[in-house]
Amino acid sequence: MRSQSTSLLFSAAIIFLWCSFAFFGSFLNLSPDHINLEQILTPPSFQEWFGYDDLGRSIFDRLITGARTSFFVSFWVVFLSSIVGTIIGIIAAWRGGWFDLVIVRIIDIFLAFPGILLAIALAGILGPGINNIIIALTVVGWVGFARLARAQTLSIKSREHIQAAKALGTPTHKTLWQHVLPLIIAPLIVEATFGIAGVVIAEAGLSFLGLGIQPPTASWGTMIRDGTRYMLVAPHMVIAPGLALCLVVLSVNMLGDKLRDKMDIKES
Amino acid sequence: MLRFLLIRLGSALVVIAGVVCIVFFLLHMIPGDPVEVMLGESAQPADRAALRHELGLDQPLLKQFQVYISGLAHLDLGKSLHSKRLITEILSERLPATFILAITALIIAMLIAFPLGILSAIRKDTLIDRGAMGFAMLGVSLPNFWMGPILIMIFSLWLGWLPVSGSDGIRSIVLPAITLGTALAAILSRMVRSAVLEVLNEDFIRTARAKGMSEWRVILKHALGNATLPVITVLGLQLGALLGGAVITETIFSWPGIGQLTIDAIQQRDYPVVQACVLMISLIYVLVNMITDIAYGWLDPRVRLTE
Repeated sequence: MRSQSTSLLFSAAIIFLWCSFAFFGSFLNLSPDHINLEQILTPPSFQEWFGYDDLGRSIFDRLITGARTSFFVSFWVVFLSSIVGTIIGIIAAWRGGWFDLVIVRIIDIFLAFPGILLAIALAGILGPGINNIIIALTVVGWVGFARLARAQTLSIKSREHIQAAKALGTPTHKTLWQHVLPLIIAPLIVEATFGIAGVVIAEAGLSFLGLGIQPPTASWGTMIRDGTRYMLVAPHMVIAPGLALCLVVLSVNMLGDKLRDKMDIKES
Repeated sequence: MLRFLLIRLGSALVVIAGVVCIVFFLLHMIPGDPVEVMLGESAQPADRAALRHELGLDQPLLKQFQVYISGLAHLDLGKSLHSKRLITEILSERLPATFILAITALIIAMLIAFPLGILSAIRKDTLIDRGAMGFAMLGVSLPNFWMGPILIMIFSLWLGWLPVSGSDGIRSIVLPAITLGTALAAILSRMVRSAVLEVLNEDFIRTARAKGMSEWRVILKHALGNATLPVITVLGLQLGALLGGAVITETIFSWPGIGQLTIDAIQQRDYPVVQACVLMISLIYVLVNMITDIAYGWLDPRVRLTE
């Protein structure tokens, strides 16, 4: 039990750091784009914990700016896709009939694109940039929420209190909002938590492929990509951003696991 | 069984039709003009019009769609804008490499996941269990575009044991396959663990133990056999993530498969090739899932009876 709460504390601390860097990083007087030619590829030291990159920019400053990039991309993608997906899923299950059939087919079709492939193709076609990444990942992301919301709504649709609300003539939107949504929200929150971890990896992955955030804006994915060219002389350029990325993803995943246990949701 | 088979085939066909539509319209919603990209901004209007006509881009969208579909029906995916070669030819060169990489990654993942999952299930709540599940958690959180470079750094640059990239000989597949297989190994070992745990509560396990069967035989013969089925379904679904991950892994290791082709084509704005690659990878995924589904229904009659 003790080791469990330690790991929860650890992941909470990392997530807290990540969020605070995202929100308050701009007050820290950072210079992520400042080029210092004398410091090119300087390894980590006590003055500069993470060293400098191939243009002599401070890796520490770029890590913190990158935290903001990954936080806001994942926030917006999960926010948009959870809302769109949940609304579509609930309405499909509630209305049933041909509408539900069509939605189920559309979900199946979107799920037929393996993993990150559709996002890669979309980002490649839309062109790089933070907005296009958010669009590409949302187009891919809503499906999971829609499928889950639909399944959950179907499983509680015939409960007595919902039938009672219907019989009393409660307007549909009120029934869905007050009686259906509260009952299905727990698994959706868990899905959203894992979704954040997934989007953090996807954003960095697209940026790593050169399809995401464009230089000079700092993104952990772009930093890893730049670092791969100097692995022999400056391994810290790859190690630092990757560690930051892994710590955040690991912490968010651990939090998701805890939430799932707490809310007693069966692993699907 | 025939009814089950027909339902599965029918829904796979609907999905494939949908995938074809999405891939086609994806290409035609590109902002800007592919002709401009190909010829550059300084091209003469007459040349542009000629190229547009040659590519069929001056036709109405529905007509273009019709041409595309009839091409597909004749297994004609068009030509690459970059190399001017037939796309079917390029794909047939690239597919085997991706296939070999994916299969090797799959084998590595299963070799790690089954022992680890079984061990942590029978030693539930011990240090072994916690360590194994910690590894699983780490495995899903390590992105392959970081793990790949780190492996290259350690095993190629520092130790010099394995080649950095390319695809000659068996030694060059080790790092890409490990990079690609780790996440799958992590997810699978969790699945194996929970499947074995579930089966261990069944009556037939108690009977086997009561008969005095050795614990290892109970696990290997009765528990594992029954736990394998749900794991196979997950395996089919996870193949999608594996194929998606292959795109990134192949790029890191310059592995000459369809994933690297996709990224190269995106960078060269070779849209027909991008279209063909996305279509091909998705088709493989849909087919594998359909086969898994059918195999599952065939092995376990309960599945097809609930349809």
